[in-house]
Amino acid sequence: MLGFEAFGASTLPLLAYSPPGWGATLLAGLWNSVQIAVGAFGLGILIGMGGAFGKLYGGPVLKDLLAIYTTVVRAVPELVLILILYFAVTDAVNQMLLSFGYSRIQISGVAAGIAVLGVVQGAYATEVLRGAILSVPSGQIEAARSMGMPPLLLARRITLPLMMAAAVPGLANLWLVATKDTALLAVVGFAELTQATRQAAGTTKAFFTFFMAAGVLYLILSLVSTLIFSRIERWARRGQRTMGR
Amino acid sequence: MLKELMIPRRLVMIAIVLGLAIWSAYALRWDWLGTPKYQALIWTGIWNTFWILIVTMVIGMALAIPLGLAQAVGPWYLAAPASIFCSIIRGTPLLLQLWLLYYGIGTFFPSIPWIRDSSLWPILRQAWPYAVVALSLSVAGYEGEVMRGAFKGVPHGQLEAAKAMGMPRFTMFRRIWLPQALHRVLPTLGGETVLQLKATPLVATITVIDIYAVAGRVRQDTFIVYEPLLLLAVVYMAITGLIVLLFRWFESRFPSRVA
Repeated sequence: MLGFEAFGASTLPLLAYSPPGWGATLLAGLWNSVQIAVGAFGLGILIGMGGAFGKLYGGPVLKDLLAIYTTVVRAVPELVLILILYFAVTDAVNQMLLSFGYSRIQISGVAAGIAVLGVVQGAYATEVLRGAILSVPSGQIEAARSMGMPPLLLARRITLPLMMAAAVPGLANLWLVATKDTALLAVVGFAELTQATRQAAGTTKAFFTFFMAAGVLYLILSLVSTLIFSRIERWARRGQRTMGR
Repeated sequence: MLKELMIPRRLVMIAIVLGLAIWSAYALRWDWLGTPKYQALIWTGIWNTFWILIVTMVIGMALAIPLGLAQAVGPWYLAAPASIFCSIIRGTPLLLQLWLLYYGIGTFFPSIPWIRDSSLWPILRQAWPYAVVALSLSVAGYEGEVMRGAFKGVPHGQLEAAKAMGMPRFTMFRRIWLPQALHRVLPTLGGETVLQLKATPLVATITVIDIYAVAGRVRQDTFIVYEPLLLLAVVYMAITGLIVLLFRWFESRFPSRVA
């Protein structure tokens, strides 16, 4: 079994942190991935909040437009959306700059990644948050309204705290999707973890070792976030009656 | 359905969409659609996307049933590996799994003489087996978790009744447990199939020619940026629509009575 050498053990030193090891490159990639995931997740929640309230309380035209947004984004593969939005956004920004007499700029990969994945996350977050808002007993909202609470105060004091518990599991799922979707940016050549791994593996020819190492990093990320989110869920459900088990 | 569209504001929207479609048909470059070379490529691409989707869904579901069963009622030495497998599949990006299989294990095969000499080698040299394996395992991982819940959700009384009738264990599984569990996942299965469709363009990164790869090829050859991407979006939306309709028909055939 000659091949087993290429498979594993002898290539492990390549994972060392300092050169000639590629550990630093992988960790820098992981840091980029996490940055993009956090940004996209945050942007997604912002869009989702607006979208959810719009879908529930907005006018008929707004409702239809939001329905088109969520349907299209959820029907077209992220990879295609990333390409379309990436080119369209850079093109639009540059056209605008040119028409105002400025020169073209190169949009940073992190910013483009956050914008693109944020729009995708927003569509899913809209549905998650809409469901969560619907789970708030309508009596609570009606009571607040009858007390003459203005809409923003009502959202802040009544709807948001009460919907938290129902929203957290869905949002946790979305966060995991966000971390995994950052890998798709490798296709546009952005140096997140998967792309960094491919670079390292391509240079050293130790494909198996590097892809396994990246897999472990992703897995650690997902396990740690699952732990954190279960903490958050417990906090959001404090004071609620637990299901008898 | 038609009545819902005949409201004034929706008619305006339809008019805007039609206007955009007509504008893009005239203002954008679609001449490449006419060349027989690209037409043939596009049909091959759509066909490849289709069969990869269907084959991986079927294999994945077939694997998901034992995975779900092992996690729901299996002894710990079956349940633990099954749940670890599901966590790994669900915890890492599919793109990475695909590249691990294709570049990692795929480049390792040629160095083993007996694999090189076997009759399977001509197949293993191509890219599609790795695509099928990676996508199937991904379905198995996600659906294994879903099936676990479905198996657990079948009311205990059903199984006890079957047992009381003296049904052998396997017959009980085949006639009572599995059909009811599958019935429970049917509403989510349509959504999962759409998710799987959206995962198929990843296979283009390992040189399988699906519709996404074809669009990339057109963009490279002709330097047209947006039009092939628009075509892609339309094709994927059409396939999604087909899947949704198919599953709606499916669900109407097996109406859900479980609460």
